[in-house]
Amino acid sequence: MKATCWTGRNSVEVQDVPDPSILNSRDAIVKITSTAICGSDLHLVDGYVPTMEKGDILGHEFMGEVVEVGPGIRDGSLRVGDRVVVPFPIACGACASCRAELYSCCENSNPNAGISEKMFGHPTCGIYGYSHLTGGFAGGQAEYARVVLADTNALKIESDLTDEQVLFLSDILPTGYMGADMCDIQQGDVVAVWGAGPVGQFAMDSARVLGAEKVIAIDKETYRLDMAAAQGCTTINFEDTDVRSALLELTGGRGPDKCIDAVGLEATHGASHVHLYDRAKQAVRSETDRPHVLRQAIMSCRSGGVVSVIGVYGGMIDKFPAGAWMNRSLTLRTGQCHVQRYMQPLLAMIEQGRIDPTRIITHRLPLTEAPTGYDLFKNKEDHCEKVVLTP
Amino acid sequence: MTTDTRSTSSRLRHDPLVRGLGWASALLGVPQVAAPAGFARALGVGDAPRHRSATTAVGVRELAAATGLLGRPHPAWLWGRVGGDLMDLTMLARALKNHDGRGLGRTVAAAAAVTALTATDVYAAVTRTRRSTPMELTAATTVTRSPDEAYTLWRDVERLPEFMVHLDEVHVTGPRTSHWRVGAPFGKTVEWDAEITQEVPGQLVAWRSVEGADIANSGEARFVPAPGGQGTEIRVSLRYELPGGAAGKAAARWFGEEPHQQLDDDLRRFKQIAEIGEVVRSEGAPGGKRARGEFPQHPARPLTEDELKEALS
Repeated sequence: MKATCWTGRNSVEVQDVPDPSILNSRDAIVKITSTAICGSDLHLVDGYVPTMEKGDILGHEFMGEVVEVGPGIRDGSLRVGDRVVVPFPIACGACASCRAELYSCCENSNPNAGISEKMFGHPTCGIYGYSHLTGGFAGGQAEYARVVLADTNALKIESDLTDEQVLFLSDILPTGYMGADMCDIQQGDVVAVWGAGPVGQFAMDSARVLGAEKVIAIDKETYRLDMAAAQGCTTINFEDTDVRSALLELTGGRGPDKCIDAVGLEATHGASHVHLYDRAKQAVRSETDRPHVLRQAIMSCRSGGVVSVIGVYGGMIDKFPAGAWMNRSLTLRTGQCHVQRYMQPLLAMIEQGRIDPTRIITHRLPLTEAPTGYDLFKNKEDHCEKVVLTP
Repeated sequence: MTTDTRSTSSRLRHDPLVRGLGWASALLGVPQVAAPAGFARALGVGDAPRHRSATTAVGVRELAAATGLLGRPHPAWLWGRVGGDLMDLTMLARALKNHDGRGLGRTVAAAAAVTALTATDVYAAVTRTRRSTPMELTAATTVTRSPDEAYTLWRDVERLPEFMVHLDEVHVTGPRTSHWRVGAPFGKTVEWDAEITQEVPGQLVAWRSVEGADIANSGEARFVPAPGGQGTEIRVSLRYELPGGAAGKAAARWFGEEPHQQLDDDLRRFKQIAEIGEVVRSEGAPGGKRARGEFPQHPARPLTEDELKEALS
């Protein structure tokens, strides 16, 4: 089959690889009908996340049709022919974390849990196409994929919604939604969202759905800010505006009640000296992540507010404003998305027309043109917001 | 790792050579201390005051060695005897050099006897200094199963190789006995018989290798209900008596640089089996429990048929 493979730093190729096979009794094989490139794939491709190996298949946002099920799949829970969306975190459904609906902290699904335990203190779940730190599972930017523990890790789509309407249930829609959900939004809240990429856009939509009165989008790409403005968001372009002053101005000096970091470890910054500082520390490996957004969100947030982090961080950060966080009673909430927790309710919202996930799609390419898609998305060319690939 | 003095001590206590040397020390020490002048004369070295006091000192040393070897035997006492022998030989050599001829034959005989004794002491010290270094590993995990379920799974010793990376095979040979086989480096295998030494259903199972195992080992697993009805906390400790010398070094290398990590991984897989029924495999780590030895891993892409056969074998 054809698959999008990582072949080295900033290098992606579509290669011919063997077809997937059942390795565990509760596996299923899915013939992929739609798959997408995620912002976090960019962190993998450019080498910020360690433990990638040449030849790894990328992709953790995919859906398709079940073509084979393992002997351990519970009777009738999943059948050949079912149309499914696959959540990116592999969850066993049986461990204490899964029982607490903390699916991305699943204690059983990562065969390389020992490595993630070393880095993070405790192990984290397996993820498709997301380095060997998360298990070394083949990804879904391919013609076929193996779905692990498939009876708990595949959402059946039984209505006639299109692929594009449901594909993002695999990751970015629930991730954006969780960003807003963790904010515990009250009627009348002002919510600021750093990053107007796909996850940021969905965080803005979700904040609105959850009752925010004003949503502020912060980015430097005008086309992305325009997308947010089209949804009724107020926008701040950090390249020509000081973000903190603008936020104070927009909130009558209070600061946003809730702040969402939808950027993560590769933040860029308007002030070049701060950016240079973090780049230099990153280069000598004394800091792995550039936490500019996190710092700014903490400094900007209203006292007693919530800073919700859904942008990906991988290692160590520097100059964390612990004083602001502590003295102003801020709540910091975060997590890789517990996708399985949100899939059903969000599917219902899509069916009801309350959220339209297709609005962010700007590029549709055949799988064979995945490298072009990566270039467009990475370099933000041609107003690229989201690339969907079809095998 | 520390030297295990207690087991060494009990081993030496019943060692005829060690006991023999202990009694030899006693038999020499008593007349040396009680009648130093007579003893010195008997050796043909004269009974000048310095000879008498030297003899007394040697006697005290011998009695100390006797007490040690017979009371709290340790290889250090044997090495002490070797040191004493060398002292004695030095003194006898000086005596021979400055000899006035009276009783020369007796002095020569004494020197010969001490030389023979030195050889015996060196032999005993070298062979009895077998540095057995115990390695103790502990790890804990919590599973969402009742103590009874977790215990029952662990007590099914034939399933231990499913999650314990070094074990190739365990088969039950009796109600409390089983035969264990592990793969060692260079395709060698090490086998031993093990017996359950203690079992309290739902709480505790302890086992140890029976006499004669190449690497004596023991272990126990304890099962305690986790707070808040979260399942069961399992604490496992393993103890291996690693032999000294090259064999011990090889064994240590076989355990890897991080034996604790290996036991952690073993428990992680036990948890997988307890909670989801099998060990999870990825394309990068298709070998299940062998995953840790697979670095750098297979790329995260499907395996070829040959790779698949090998991984699932």
